[in-house]
Amino acid sequence: MRRSLTLVLLAGVMLAIVPYLGLPAFYESVLYLIFHWVALATSWNILSGYSGYFSFGHGAFYGIGMYTTATLTSQFDVPFLWTLPVAAAFAALFGIVLGAVSFRVKAVRGELFALLTLAATFVVATIVLNVPLIDGGQGVYLSAVPMPDFGPSPSGTFYLLALGAAVGTLVVALLIYYARFGTGLFAIHDDEDVAEVLGVPTFKYKVTAFGLSCALAGVVGGIQAMFVSYVTTGDVFTVALPLTVVLMSVLGGTRHWLGPSVGALVITVLLYSFTAGDSAVIGKVAMGVILIVVILFMPEGILGQALTRFGRKPKDREAHASLPPSAINQQLATAEAGTASMPASARPGEVAHGAAAAESFAPKRKAAASASSDVLLVAKDVAKSFRGVRALKGVNLSVYRGEILGLLGPNGSGKSTFINVVSGHFPATAGSIVFKGQELVGKHAHLVARCGISRTYQIPRPFAHLSVLENVALPAMFGGQLTERRQAEEDAWQWLEFTGLAGRAHALPDDLNLHQRKFLEFARALAAKPELLMLDEVLSGLTPSEIDEAVALIHRIREQGTTILFVEHVMRAVMALCDRIVVFDQGLVLAEGEPQQVMSRPDVVSAYLGKPIENEQSPNVSGARNGSGVHAHA
Amino acid sequence: MTLPSSTLLAQSILAGIFTGALYGLLGLGLSLSWGMLRQINLAHFALAFVGAYLTYQLASYGGVDPMLTLLMIVPLFFVFGIIVHWVLSHFKVTPFNSLLITFGLTIIIEAMLQWIWTADYRRLESSYAEHRYRVGDLFLPLPELITLGLSVGIAVAAWLVLKRSDIGKALRAAAEDAPIAAAFGINQRALALLLSGLNAALAGVAGVCIALSYTLAPSQIYTWIGVVFAAVMLGGLGRPMGPLIAGCIIGVSEAVTMAVASPSLAPLVSFSLLILVLLVRPGRA
Repeated sequence: MRRSLTLVLLAGVMLAIVPYLGLPAFYESVLYLIFHWVALATSWNILSGYSGYFSFGHGAFYGIGMYTTATLTSQFDVPFLWTLPVAAAFAALFGIVLGAVSFRVKAVRGELFALLTLAATFVVATIVLNVPLIDGGQGVYLSAVPMPDFGPSPSGTFYLLALGAAVGTLVVALLIYYARFGTGLFAIHDDEDVAEVLGVPTFKYKVTAFGLSCALAGVVGGIQAMFVSYVTTGDVFTVALPLTVVLMSVLGGTRHWLGPSVGALVITVLLYSFTAGDSAVIGKVAMGVILIVVILFMPEGILGQALTRFGRKPKDREAHASLPPSAINQQLATAEAGTASMPASARPGEVAHGAAAAESFAPKRKAAASASSDVLLVAKDVAKSFRGVRALKGVNLSVYRGEILGLLGPNGSGKSTFINVVSGHFPATAGSIVFKGQELVGKHAHLVARCGISRTYQIPRPFAHLSVLENVALPAMFGGQLTERRQAEEDAWQWLEFTGLAGRAHALPDDLNLHQRKFLEFARALAAKPELLMLDEVLSGLTPSEIDEAVALIHRIREQGTTILFVEHVMRAVMALCDRIVVFDQGLVLAEGEPQQVMSRPDVVSAYLGKPIENEQSPNVSGARNGSGVHAHA
Repeated sequence: MTLPSSTLLAQSILAGIFTGALYGLLGLGLSLSWGMLRQINLAHFALAFVGAYLTYQLASYGGVDPMLTLLMIVPLFFVFGIIVHWVLSHFKVTPFNSLLITFGLTIIIEAMLQWIWTADYRRLESSYAEHRYRVGDLFLPLPELITLGLSVGIAVAAWLVLKRSDIGKALRAAAEDAPIAAAFGINQRALALLLSGLNAALAGVAGVCIALSYTLAPSQIYTWIGVVFAAVMLGGLGRPMGPLIAGCIIGVSEAVTMAVASPSLAPLVSFSLLILVLLVRPGRA
C-alpha cells in the first residue's frame, strides 16, 4: 500500500511540473480533461465500484458542486477557491441524506438504487432550474469571476487544480481500498446480509462511502464550473454523465482503486482523438463497441484482466502443507492415542489439549460435565412472525457456557429462524435475548457479532469475489476482535489449517466443493473467535466420512472453550456431540434435557416421525431405540 | 399561481393522457424485457428513434404513408431484437451488464443517426397532423389519437395473451424460474427470443408514434429515458397494463403541473413520485 501511495504522489509531483515547461496550452487542456474524468470516475467508484451500489446520480452531485461554485462566485463574490470546500460540503450533505433515506429500505439495491439516484438527479435539476437565485432557466455566466493565478498561465492554473483533484481522489480511493473500510465495502458488494452478520457496519459504511464519493464529485464540479465558465442545467444534469462515468469505471475495472483511471484515460483520449467533423461519430461508435466488447469478454475490466493475467500470484505457505481434513484428524487421533497411553503426570504441556480431546471422545461422557452452570445466553418468549406466519411463538431457552446444545425439530419448526433472530439477521417480533448481560433484541446484526456471536449458514454463503483466505480474515477484522488486516490474515491461516483448507487459501469459493465450502463456513465463523458459535445444519449433504471429519472438528472447536449451538438433523452426530438438546415443534420448545432422555419421549418421537395410525405406541418407542442405537455405534 | 379555466384544465388532462399513452407504449417493451427476461434494455429508446427516423425518411422523401412504414419496421425490428437477445443470452449477461451493453448500443445508434441525419432537428410533415377533431371545447389531434389507440390496443392484447393463452402462461413460468420451467418442458429459449423480438417491434411502433407528433434529434433519445423508467417502475415490472396506467398518471400530473404552475416544474412531480414509490413500495419491482 505504501508503495502505491508513494507512486501516486510521485506521479502527481512530476505532472505538476508540466505547466512550467512552456508546452502549448492545447496539451494542458487535454490533460485537464483526463484529470477531470479520472477524478470523477474514481470518486464514483468509491461507493459504486467497491460496494456494488451503482449510482446513476453522479451527475447530481457533480452538478450541485458546479452550481454551488457558480452561485457563490457570481452572486456573493466569494473567492473561487473558497467555494470548493463548500461545493464538497453541499454535495456530501445531499448524498448523505439521499443515502440515509434509501439505504434504510433493504430492497433498494442494484437496478433500483441506480434508478432512484437517476430520478434524484432530475429532481435536483428541476429545483435548480426553477430557483432564480441559482439558475432560473438562464444559466450562469462565470466569465467575470476573478481567477486565482498561482499557475504559470490561466490554463496552467486549471491544470494544477484538476491534477490536485485527481491525485486527492486517487489517494482517498487507495487508502479506503487497503483499509478495513474497503474490505467491508467489498464484502457488502458480494453479500450484504452476511457482511452485516459478520460484523460489518453496513449502513454506516455505505452512507460514509456515498458522502465521500459525493464530496469529491462536488469539488470536481466546482472546478469544472469555472473551467467552462457557463453553467446550464441542460448540460449538467444529464443521463450521459453518469453513464460515461460508469462506462469508464467498468472499462478499467471497478474492483481496483486504479481501474477507473485506466478507463477514464482510454475513453478521454479516444474521444479527443476523434473530435473533428465526421470522425466524432467514429469516436462515439468506437466507445460503444469497446464498452460492449469489454463487458462481454473481460467482465473484470482492462486493469482487472491485466492483474489476473500478469499480476504477482500470492504465494502459498510451504510450511502449511495442504493436508486434507481427514489427515489432520488422523494426526490428532494418533496424538490422542499416544497421550492417553502415557501417565497423566508425564504428559508434555503441549499435548495436554489433545488429552482433553481424548476425554471428550470417551463414550461414557457425562452430559454437561464440561459445561458450567454459568448461563451464556437466555432467550425469553422470543417470537418472530412473517406477515402472519408465526415461525416462533415464544421460545424460552438457556445456553450454558462451554456446552454443545443441540437444537432439533422437524422442518419448519423454527430452528433456523431462531438462529437468524439471535444473530440479528431477522429482527425479533417480541421477547428478549440476553447474552452475557446484554440485550440482543433490537441490536443490529453487526453489533451482535461484536458481542462474540457468530454463525454459519445452512447453504454456504461465502463472499464470491474474495479468496478463501480473505473470506476467513474478514470476520477477524470485523467481529469481536477488530484485529488489523495483517494480523487477521495471520490468524486466518491458522483457521484454514484447523479446517484443512490451507491448501486452497488463494482459491475463490466457487472453485471449492460443497464439503470444502461448508468447512469454509466453519473457518469464517471461527475466525471471529466467538464465545457462542451457532451451526445451522452444517452436516447436511455431506457423506458419512465427511460427517465424521466434521464431528471431530466440532469437538476440537469446543475444546477451545467455544460454546456451540447446533442445529442438525443427522441424529448420529447429534447423539455423539450434544451435551443437552432442545426440541422445537411448531415454533415452541417441546422438550429439553439430556439427549437420550429427550429422544425417547413419545411426544418428541411423534413430532419427528408422526403419530401412529392405530394409536399403537410400540413402533415409536422402537424408533427411538433405533435412534439411540445409532449412537452406540458412533 | 392562478387556477386555469376548466377548458384549459381539461385540455391539459387530455394532453397528459396522450403523452402518457406514448410513455406506456415505450415502457411496455422495456417492462416486459426487464420483468420477464431480466434484461434492462436501454437500447429500446435508441431503437424507437431509429424507427422514428425511418418513418420520417420514408414518409418525407419516399411519399409513403407513415402508418404503412409499420409493415417494414415491425418485421425488421423483430429480427433485430432476436439478434440482440441471442447475443445477451449467449454470454449469460447479468441484468446490470445488460444495461451497460445496451447503453453501448445506444451510443452506437445515436452516432449513426447523427451521421445519417445530422444533429439538426427534423420534423415529419404529414397529412395526419392536419386532422383535428373537436369535441365540445376540446381538440383531439389525429396523431395523438393514433398513439393512444395503439398503446391501449397493444397493452390490452399483451395482457390478454399473458393471462389467458398457453404461451403467456409458459412465459410467466419461465420468468419466475427459467431452469425449472425448462425442466417441465417449456422451450424457454425460443419463448425468450420471441418475446425480445416482439419487444423490439414495440419500440418500432413507438418510434412511428414519436415521428408523428414530435421533433426528432439524435440527442432526444436521452430525454425519454428518465420518465419512461419512472412509468415502468410505477407500473410494476412485467405487468402489461402497468406502464400505460402509470404513464397516464405521470403524463396527466405533468400536464396539470405545466398548466397550473410552470412547465419547467413538470419533472419534479414525476420523479418525486418515482422516488416515493421506490422507497415506500420497492417490492413492486
